[in-house]
Amino acid sequence: MAQLLQHLINGLAAGTIYALVALGYTMVYGVLKLINFAHGDVMMVGVYMGYATAFAIGREARGSFLGIAAVFAVAMLGCALFGFLIERFAYRPLREKPRLTALITAIGISFALSYGFQLDIGFLPGASPRAFPEIIEPKEWLIIGDRDVVVWNWQVISFLIAVGLMVALQYLVFGTRFGRAMRAVSWDHRVAALMGIPTDRVIALTFMLSSGLAAGAGLLYAIKDTSVSPLMGLYVGLKAFVAAVIGGIGHVPGAVVGALVLGLVEEFVVGYAASTWRDAVAFGFLILVLLVKPGGLFGRVAAEKV
Amino acid sequence: MESPALSIPEAPSLVPPALRGILPLVIAIPTLALFHWSLTGSDFATYLLSVVGVNIILAVSLNIVNGMTGQFSIGHAGFMAVGAYIAGYTSLQLKEVALSFLPVAASDQVLFLLALLAGGAAAAACGFLVGLPSLRLRGDYLAIVTLGFGEIIRVFVQNTDAFGRALGLSGIPQYSSPGMVFFWVFLVVLAARRLAGSSHGRSLWAIREDEVAAEAMGVDTTGYKVRAFVFSSFFAGIAGGLFAHFVPIINPGSFTFVRSMEIVVMVVLGGLGSTTGAFVAAIFLTLLPEGMRSLFGALGTEGSLAQRVDQIRMPIYGLLLVVLMLSRPQGLFGTKEIWDVLPRWLPRKRRGLA
Repeated sequence: MAQLLQHLINGLAAGTIYALVALGYTMVYGVLKLINFAHGDVMMVGVYMGYATAFAIGREARGSFLGIAAVFAVAMLGCALFGFLIERFAYRPLREKPRLTALITAIGISFALSYGFQLDIGFLPGASPRAFPEIIEPKEWLIIGDRDVVVWNWQVISFLIAVGLMVALQYLVFGTRFGRAMRAVSWDHRVAALMGIPTDRVIALTFMLSSGLAAGAGLLYAIKDTSVSPLMGLYVGLKAFVAAVIGGIGHVPGAVVGALVLGLVEEFVVGYAASTWRDAVAFGFLILVLLVKPGGLFGRVAAEKV
Repeated sequence: MESPALSIPEAPSLVPPALRGILPLVIAIPTLALFHWSLTGSDFATYLLSVVGVNIILAVSLNIVNGMTGQFSIGHAGFMAVGAYIAGYTSLQLKEVALSFLPVAASDQVLFLLALLAGGAAAAACGFLVGLPSLRLRGDYLAIVTLGFGEIIRVFVQNTDAFGRALGLSGIPQYSSPGMVFFWVFLVVLAARRLAGSSHGRSLWAIREDEVAAEAMGVDTTGYKVRAFVFSSFFAGIAGGLFAHFVPIINPGSFTFVRSMEIVVMVVLGGLGSTTGAFVAAIFLTLLPEGMRSLFGALGTEGSLAQRVDQIRMPIYGLLLVVLMLSRPQGLFGTKEIWDVLPRWLPRKRRGLA
C-alpha cells in the first residue's frame, strides 16, 4: 500500500512535468496543425540557458528564491525568443506550402539541435551529460511511517510551479483577448485573418508561449534528474508528444490528463515490472491508443475538409 | 505539391514487347555476375561497396513511402534492425546445417537466401503492425510512431538474451558479397520503378498529391498506404539481413535514430519520389564521409578532424534538411528520374503522361 502511494506520488510528479511540455505541442498543433518536432530540443536549449545562468550567478545566490527566479526567468525568456526565431525563419516561410515540408523542417531542426549540442566547438557543451546544479536543495518534505513514503521538497515545488503555469495558461487561453484570438486562429486561420486578427502575430506569440513553458518544464525535469544532456529533449519531447496524443492533440485540458496518465503508467511499469523497459512503455502505449481510440481520450478524428 | 508532371515512364519503343518483361533480368544478371567475379579489390573496397549497396536498398525502399506515397516514416532503421536480427539469428541457428545435395558454397547461399527472406518477412510483419494504426490517421502520426518503433526494437533487443542484449550478435556466417548485395539493389530498383508505373503506383501518387481527392475517386487510401509501407519495410528487412552477413557484429548501436535520419536525408536530397535520385543520393552520402575522412587524413594537419567527420555530419544533415525545405523542397531531382534531367543532346526516354 505504501509502495503504491509512493509510486502514485512519483508518477504525478513526472506527469506534471510532461504536461507542461505536452501543452506546448498541443497549442502549436492547435494554431498551425503542425507537430513541432523540435519542441523537445527547444526545451533542451532552454535548460542549457538555465544551466549557464545558475553558474553565472554563483553558488550562494543559486539557493535563494531570487536565484531560482533568475534561472527560470532567463531560461524561459531566452527560450521564448529562440522559439520566436525558429518560427520566424524556418516555419513562417513554409506556411502555405504542403504540410510535409514544415514537418521535415521541424525534424531537421530537431536533429541539428540535438546533435549540434553534442559537439564541443565554441559554446556548445559536448555529448556527455552534465550535473545540473542543485538550485533547490533536496529535503524531505513529508515522511509517512518508517520512510515508507517520502515526498521531496522539489516534488512539491515542481508540482506547484507546474500547476501555477497551467492555471495561468488556462486563464490566458480562455479569459483574455489574446486567448480568444488564438482559439479563432486555431478554428480557421484564414477566416480569422479576414476578421482582422493578426494571425502572424498570434502564431508567433503561441510559439513563444509554448517554448517558454517548455523551458520551465525542462528545468523542473533537470532538477528531478539532476543532469542535463543534449539528448534529453528528444526523449522528454517524445513522451510529452505521446501524452498530447493520448489526451487528444489540440485539446488543452486533454494534454494535462494525458500527461498525468502517462507519468503514472510509466512509473508503475518501472516500479512493478521492469525498469529497463521504461523507454518503450510510452511508445507501446501510443500505438495502443492509436489502435483503440485514434483521436485520443478527448479529441475526435475530424474528417478533413477541402 | 508541385505541378503534376509525374514522369510515368513508357517502355522504350526499341524493345520488342515480348522482351520487355524479362529484359532487365537479361541485362542485369550477366552484368552482376561479371561484376561479382571481377571484384578482387581490397577488403575495404568490398566492405564499402556492400555498405553503399545496403544504403541504396534502404533509400530506394524508403522512397516508396516518403516519396511516392507522401507519408513520412523516420524509423527505417528499426525495420532494418528487425531484418538484421531475424536473419542473423536464423543463420546462426542454421550454421551447422548443410544441404547435402548441393555443393557447400551453393548450400550456404541457399540458407542465406532463406535467412534473408525470413528477415524481410519479419520486417514486413512489423511494418503491418506499425502501419495499420498510424496510417489510418494523417501523415504526421506515422513519423512519431515509426520513431517510437525504432526505440521499442532497441529496448526489446537489449532485454532479450537470444539477441545478445546490448552486446549484440557476433559470429554470423559471412555469406554476403557485393554481388549479392547488388542483386538486391537491382531487385528493389526494378520493383520500385515497376511500382511507380503500375496502377497501384498511380494510386500512391494520387494519395501523395491529394489524399481527400484520391479517396473521393475511390482509392482505398488506408489500404494502399499500408501496402506501400509493408513493401518498403520488407526491403528494409532485406537490407538489414544483408548488412548482418558482412559486418563482424550487429548490436543495437548499429540501428539508431541517427541511422534512420541518414536514410531520410538521402531520400529528401535525392528528391521525394525519384527512385534514381534516392539511388544517387545514397551513393553520394555514403562515400562523402569516407572521402572527407581520407582527405583530412591525407592533409594530416588536424588528425582529430578526420575522426570527427561522423560527429560533425549529423548536425549538418539536420541543417541540410532545413535549407533544402526552404530553398528546394522537392529535392535535387523532384519526382523526375535521372534520364529526365539529362542534357538535351543525350538520348532521352520519351515521357508520357497517363
